[in-house]
Amino acid sequence: MENTAVDLSAIERVEAARTAHITGAAKPAKVVAKGVDVYYGAKHALMGVNVDIPDRGVMAFIGPSGCGKSTFLRCINRMNDTISSCRVTGNITIDGQDIYDPALDVVQLRARVGMVFQKPNPFPKSIYDNVAYGPRIHGLAANKAELDEIVQKSLEKAALWGEVKDRLADSGTGLSGGQQQRLCIARAIAVSPDVILMDEPCSALDPIATAKVETLIDELRSNYCIIIVTHSMQQAARVSQRTAFFHLGTLVEEGATQTIFTNPVDQRTQDYITGRFG
Amino acid sequence: MTDTLASPNSAPQRRQLKADAAAALLKRRYASERLFKVLGLGALLLTASFLVILLTNIVTKSIPAFSEHVVNLDVVIDPKVVDPEGKRDSATLLAADYASLTRAAIMSAIPGIEGRNPRRALTSLLSSGAADDLRERVVADPSIIGTTIKMPLLFSDDVDLYLKGSSSVTSQENGSSDLTASDVKGDITLTGAEGTFAKLVAQLESENAEVSPETGARLLTPLLPSRLIEINGGLVKLASVTPTTATGTTLIPLTSSGVAKAGSWQLDTYAQPESRRKSSDQDIAFIETLRDKGAIERNFNWRFFTSGDSREAELAGIRGALVGTAWTLLVTLIICLPIGVLAAIYLEEFAPKNKLTDIIEVNINNLAAVPSIVFGLLGLSVFLNFFGLPRSAPLVGGLVLALLVLPTIIIASRAAIKAVPPSIREAAIGLGASHQQAVFHHVLPLAMPGIMTGTIIGMAHALGETAPLLMIGMIAFIVDVPDTMTDAATVLPVQIFLWSDLPEAAFQQRTAAAIVVLLGFLFLMNGAAIWLRNKFERRW
Repeated sequence: MENTAVDLSAIERVEAARTAHITGAAKPAKVVAKGVDVYYGAKHALMGVNVDIPDRGVMAFIGPSGCGKSTFLRCINRMNDTISSCRVTGNITIDGQDIYDPALDVVQLRARVGMVFQKPNPFPKSIYDNVAYGPRIHGLAANKAELDEIVQKSLEKAALWGEVKDRLADSGTGLSGGQQQRLCIARAIAVSPDVILMDEPCSALDPIATAKVETLIDELRSNYCIIIVTHSMQQAARVSQRTAFFHLGTLVEEGATQTIFTNPVDQRTQDYITGRFG
Repeated sequence: MTDTLASPNSAPQRRQLKADAAAALLKRRYASERLFKVLGLGALLLTASFLVILLTNIVTKSIPAFSEHVVNLDVVIDPKVVDPEGKRDSATLLAADYASLTRAAIMSAIPGIEGRNPRRALTSLLSSGAADDLRERVVADPSIIGTTIKMPLLFSDDVDLYLKGSSSVTSQENGSSDLTASDVKGDITLTGAEGTFAKLVAQLESENAEVSPETGARLLTPLLPSRLIEINGGLVKLASVTPTTATGTTLIPLTSSGVAKAGSWQLDTYAQPESRRKSSDQDIAFIETLRDKGAIERNFNWRFFTSGDSREAELAGIRGALVGTAWTLLVTLIICLPIGVLAAIYLEEFAPKNKLTDIIEVNINNLAAVPSIVFGLLGLSVFLNFFGLPRSAPLVGGLVLALLVLPTIIIASRAAIKAVPPSIREAAIGLGASHQQAVFHHVLPLAMPGIMTGTIIGMAHALGETAPLLMIGMIAFIVDVPDTMTDAATVLPVQIFLWSDLPEAAFQQRTAAAIVVLLGFLFLMNGAAIWLRNKFERRW
């Protein structure tokens, strides 16, 4: 018995060492939030969130509905600015730069921080135009050939090129749900962001399309800092290296995904992941 | 949940409703459903029948106005009248007296008419437009001067109406015995055997015709149905009748005097008394003579679409009103589409939501409900009196209608912009597009069909608007077709209003015809709006 216990702890140590480079604990954090509070009018939606999000990896935000995970996600590219009653205090930096600095151009920020939404929302335009829109408005391509290349690269990275290369002029809304979501990812990639925010990207998809998108996320993590909000704990376990659990507007616990799912510190995390509420 | 369902209290309570009571309740429910259906269907049928009655009435009234009658005559283009000095310059050709040529043409068609009144009656069968048509033809091609050409001459509106059959009914019966005419023209006496006119005298007696104190003959007055005798190629209008003789005036001269055999002469009766119709017996005599010669033709009334207003019903057309309407609506569209759409975008996308924007929003909705005449008064005092813009001009009309249509377009555009799902906006903003780029690249193109639909419906509203245009003087009688947006003009609904006021039957028909054209345009515009909506309708 005793031997077995020792063996188990040894395995855990080995595992922790093995995942250390994946979880990115050693790397400098890409996104750092310090004491972030968000208010919708009088409602205090998010309270004192502190989190370091490493580069080149997937960070999952989990938690029950209304816990503030999406709100926090939308703070990172300042999408909350579009809601007039929303007020954000605290400090969020990307690569050490304060994104709420009044001198910072929010348009430039959003070019560096791409976003993929819950419901696939391709523009009702051609597949090509969907991907080319971002590079066009940011002037990333000097000519048509360069733009074509960006579109192709983005679609390839989004694992969609093979499926749509012969019908780039067709409407993006004519694709299947999963293809639409990958098109939205390609559209986000096309402006070469550092960070990609995903707000429940698979909640409107069937399991097969979900699997494809998850595979894609896994491939993308070697190049991007990906932050994903998900309702599915299995998904968080599958795709992420680090996980943060939100509850009632507070960040309860954050750590390596494996630790959160196998050995959470907080009782609430324990209750949530074992399905006692949520 | 399962507990309550299985509770022993609730189950028996539900079962207590007896079978017949349940059936009665069900029956009542079905009955009320049937009643509702019947009432709804009744309301629909009532509305539809009103619409059908209205449309049928207007369309049937308008049909005569879409055709016109002309008489094909040989017109001698006398160089002495048209161009006595042989210069062939347009000033001379334009100023010449073409009416005398057309008069001569119709006089030669029915020869032998003497006396001032009959000649006048004959020449006034033609419209003054006949001479204008001839002028146009001569000016276009001066080489026809000195020749005789066959050309259609337009009838006046009264003749046109007679020919369209709305004036008088005639009956004919053949003479039963020989009849002798005393002369070929002027007042003549027709003498026959005893009892030739006995039947006619009996009829006159029943119609309470006056009896001449001297001769004892029955007198025919304009209050009685007209009786005419066709004899020896001429026509005699009877003035007094005894059983054996009749006296009267020759309307068309006889080719010979003397005896006409039984069966070779006819008694015509125009059931409607002369005093109660527009065309006199003389007119009808001439028209029927021309008709018998096969000179009269019925054509499609192109003139109705190619000429402006006129005091003469047969010359009046809607081109001036159509062009005026086009100018007015153009001004309206140019002004209110950009302003309306920009206002809608600002209010929907950029304006802060506060008390001020709330007030603006409420007042835009209020403006849409302001009676249109008020906008007319505003136009009168602001555009005409303050800015001094020209009266009766499409420019001012368009400005006033723009005020009227603006709220409609703003409301429709806002609804269309609001209908674009926020996910599209978010997608663009998430990619780093500015708010303005998101709106102009994505929201506006998607909202455009809705905006166009609202605009077309607003323009259709403006097309039918009359009251505000009356206030700025677009009600004037204007013959010329406007060339610019500052020329005096009128619009289609005002033209309808003007014509509906005129007593002539021909103008009543033209009113109906103009209404048909207006309704046609309205249907077309609403159809376009529906087509746009269906074509570009998008579901998210």
